[in-house]
Amino acid sequence: MTLLKEGQIDRRWIYLAMLCAVGLPILLQLTFPEIPSPKVLDVFDAVDKLPEGSRILMACDFDPASAGELEPMMSAFVRHCGTKNHKLIFLALWPQGAPVIKSNIVILNKEFPEYEYGKDYVNLGYQPGNEVVLKVLVTDFKKQCSTDVDGTSTSTLPLTRDLTKIQQLSLVISVSTGNPGTTEWVQYVASPFGMPMVAGTTAVQAPSLYAYIPRQLISVLGGIKGAAEYEQAIIDHYPTMGENNGAREGLRRMGPQLLGHLLIVMLIVVGNVLYFSQKEKGVGA
Amino acid sequence: MKRTIPVLIASIAGLVLIIAHFVPPAQSWGDEVNTWFQILAAFAFFLGGGSLLKMHLKRISDQQEGWGFSAVTLLAFGITLIVGIFKLGVLPSETYPTKPWSGEYLGDGGALWWIYQYLFTPLNATMFALLAFFISSAAFRAFRAKNTEAMILLVTATIVLVGRTYAGAFLTEGFNPHWQLAAIIDEWFMSVFNTAGARAIKIGIALGVVSTSLKVLIGTDRSYLGSEE
Repeated sequence: MTLLKEGQIDRRWIYLAMLCAVGLPILLQLTFPEIPSPKVLDVFDAVDKLPEGSRILMACDFDPASAGELEPMMSAFVRHCGTKNHKLIFLALWPQGAPVIKSNIVILNKEFPEYEYGKDYVNLGYQPGNEVVLKVLVTDFKKQCSTDVDGTSTSTLPLTRDLTKIQQLSLVISVSTGNPGTTEWVQYVASPFGMPMVAGTTAVQAPSLYAYIPRQLISVLGGIKGAAEYEQAIIDHYPTMGENNGAREGLRRMGPQLLGHLLIVMLIVVGNVLYFSQKEKGVGA
Repeated sequence: MKRTIPVLIASIAGLVLIIAHFVPPAQSWGDEVNTWFQILAAFAFFLGGGSLLKMHLKRISDQQEGWGFSAVTLLAFGITLIVGIFKLGVLPSETYPTKPWSGEYLGDGGALWWIYQYLFTPLNATMFALLAFFISSAAFRAFRAKNTEAMILLVTATIVLVGRTYAGAFLTEGFNPHWQLAAIIDEWFMSVFNTAGARAIKIGIALGVVSTSLKVLIGTDRSYLGSEE
């Protein structure tokens, strides 16, 4: 397996380099400092400045493929809301989102034992119907969600008893990776009814959501970088959170991102150097 | 008749939704159509399942190339469907402990939960993680500064790639340790150029959707009904 052949690096070397770039920071537990950007601080403030005990809808619309980027974000939102004693209503427009909700409820039960089901949080589980679910939620909440995930009537749960439309909630947090997701929440809920909303999305999806900021969407966390900065913002304001290893997951994942990005930049440079040197020699240009 | 009735249904449903949106007293009509949509969408699952069975059974019976994959697909489909529908291994919910099927379909310890946790999650995550390897290979082979546009794209991509990591802060902290130059430039690219482009695309898509929807409503676009045969 030669490194260089006819101006091309054998792709197996590239794969090996990427494996090392991602694997070594994980094994060595390399972390780097983060400074929260203004966009991340806007998300932080939207959650933090709400009066304690505000009701928040948490939409979890992603699958394990995007969990690498979005799971730390979702957990950070849950921990931040828990710190502020906010009441959480979980819901998923993706069937794969339901297990993610459950794993975050485990965090809530473990780290905030005072949280009581029905009073402080409710799990509505997966709601089939894509954007139509949102159209019904804004007109008649109970029609769409008559029961929670266990079949308990939402009319009997203290947190949802008086809820007729989701516009009665203080904030929507959408953690999503595609369709239906944040775009649909903006189009059918936040924008027509002026509902405050923040989002967390994959780095690939974030650029398309910037168009909604700030009037239709307060702000957005983009990719693992957004998650890491958000975790840092929480730790800066609530230092005890820094002692919790789970609350630093996004920061931990910035190590592989740093080396992975640097490797890609290096490959682009090397690729171009080889391309131009061959072009000068008149080979394969 | 075979095509006229579906076109009429689509037109009426679409018009009702438009009226319900702009005329507040008619809002309940829209809710009714939305409820119908959800019922119909549930039937679409049956159609999807039927279509999947038909296609793969045909491939197996014809012994087409790769029919083994079809067999695996059908086996996985059948097992997942059965353990999900019958809630195998799921304990009854705390609210209704005497009802054996009252537990959540993805309840901890259930067969469907096991499939999700130990098969679907690692397979799904692996498929996505492979992108890192393909992107690195593509970065070397395809990202060439062949012309001015490609050069601009490469420089911008490099700034964003570096600006989204600690490397950006490290390289530019000499200017001011509390002022992340690389992150600011990255943010400027994203907020100015990217947002302008994204808004233009979104407005263009919205206009396209309006135009296509109008064609569907008045029945001139019938492509959603499939071929004429």
